[in-house]
Order: sequence, then C-alpha cells, then structure tokens
Amino acid sequence: MRWFWIDRFTEFESGKRATAVKTVSLSEDHLHDYLPPLAAMPHSLVIEGMAQTAGLLAGEHYGFNESVILAKVAKVEFQGFAVTGETLTYHAELTSIDEGGARAVVTSHVGERLHAEMEVIFAHADIDREGAGGGLFDERDFAITLRTLGMYDVGVTESGERIQIPRHLAVAEGSANAS
Amino acid sequence: MATSDEIFSKVQEALVEALAVDDDEVTPEATLVGDLGAESIDFLDIVFRLEKGFDISIPRGELFPEDILTSADYVVDGKINAEGLALLKERMPFADLSGFEENPEVQEFATQLKVQDMCNFVASKLDG
Repeated sequence: MRWFWIDRFTEFESGKRATAVKTVSLSEDHLHDYLPPLAAMPHSLVIEGMAQTAGLLAGEHYGFNESVILAKVAKVEFQGFAVTGETLTYHAELTSIDEGGARAVVTSHVGERLHAEMEVIFAHADIDREGAGGGLFDERDFAITLRTLGMYDVGVTESGERIQIPRHLAVAEGSANAS
Repeated sequence: MATSDEIFSKVQEALVEALAVDDDEVTPEATLVGDLGAESIDFLDIVFRLEKGFDISIPRGELFPEDILTSADYVVDGKINAEGLALLKERMPFADLSGFEENPEVQEFATQLKVQDMCNFVASKLDG
C-alpha cells in the first residue's frame, strides 16, 4: 500500500497555494474498524493529506532538490468527521518559505462546510546525496506520482505560465535525455 | 520605529503561539528551552513568526551561527574554544553569552537563549 492521502491537485500556484481533493471511500478498509458503524476518516490521515498538499507545494518551489520534512504541526482543529461518500478539499497557503523551511496554513472542507484547519512547519534538510529527497526515494516513482496527482496539468507559476517538471525528474521518468 | 515595549509584546505573542505557553510565562529573563520548553523545531516556527510579525528577513544561521557551532576550528571536545567564543560574540551582539562562557558546551548553547536576547535581536534587525 502506498502512502497517498490526496487524490489529485485541482489548483497549484508555485510557491503560493494549492488545492487538492481526497475522496473518502468504503474501499479503504482501514475505515471499517475505526469507529463502526461510522465509516469516518481518522483525523490523523486528514492531517497527513493536508501536510502532503502543503509539503508538495513547498517541495515544488525548489524543484524537488531538497528534502521537505514535516517538522511540526503547530495547531490543528477539527469540526467533526468526514465520512465515506464525501470529498475533502484541502487548501494550502504558504505563509513563509525559504532555504531553511516553510510554514503553511491548510484547511479541509466538505463542500462549504469547514472540516479542519491546520498550521504546519516543514524543514528543508540539507542534501548530501543527489536526487529527489536526497536519494531517499526512487525518482522515477516520484515523477509518476506527481503526474498522477496532476501537478503538471494544473500547476502554474505566479505569472500564469505552466510549471515544468524539473529536469532530474524528467530524466528519471524517461521524458528527457540525460545530457 | 517600534519601541522596546512593542517589540517585547510581539515577541511574546510569537512565543505564546509557537510554544503554547501563557503570556505570563514569557518574561524577559525566561530561557526559551529551559523555561518555555522550546525544542529545536520550534525555532523554525519562531523565526517564521518573527519574520512575518516584524516584516524582517532572518537568514538561516543569523540567529544561531550553526557554522561556528559545528566547525572543527572552533569546537574541541564538544566545547567552543576562545577563538570560537570571540566570533560568536561578534556575530551575536544581541545575546548575553556570559552564562554560556562559563560552560561553553555546544550542546548547552541553545538552552542559554533568553526572551530578552530575542528582543535585542529583533531590535538590531529593525535598526538596520
């Protein structure tokens, strides 16, 4: 099982904000035994999904050349549960980002209903090894994941131009030649 | 131009939010690590809040000169040598390093920092 807690980006503005959706489904079997008969999505996995939305936003800003590590959930508040059949919309805004780390505020909504709000800090770890995440994960897999999530379908820069997959990931996925 | 009271009040707010402590715990003499329970990752949170709160930029290493604290030139057996200490004082004029000077263990460095040191740091940034 892979650790995906968002399904797709619907909006992505490099270095600024992103929106991702997560559909809660009864085919996720970990929901069966959590709070039966309520098939609710555990808050911890919502936190992870919100963190993935913000963390990928932070990582993309520096071309995935460094490790973005979830360092601290400064504050999180939930208003009830999300249940199967509902779609969660996670919206992340980067309030600070520099070479040391990033800070984001993220919300989770079910339609118009506010479900959760969170403040999160990421640290950018120094990379000694080459590759996305400092060689901690396979670059080809990572490139495919980003494509699946639609980052390069919806992603734009501040000036509205399409963002491009970084060269080292393009080479890994085979869409560019290593020079 | 912010007064020292205004600076203290904003620094206090940043620490209350980042460290989940009460207003009255954040006194000028309180140490961030010992008295307020700050951990290393909290410093990143605090730096971001100060940057936003005062509209200043705090490059990595400006508050904590990591390059000195991790350099073989200045650190011997886990302690900062005289040369390193002199350089620290130069880079951190805002901090009261007298406590650290008595026992300059690198591990203990972060524990010395007081709320007043943070206020002095912000004041020096605002003065430009």
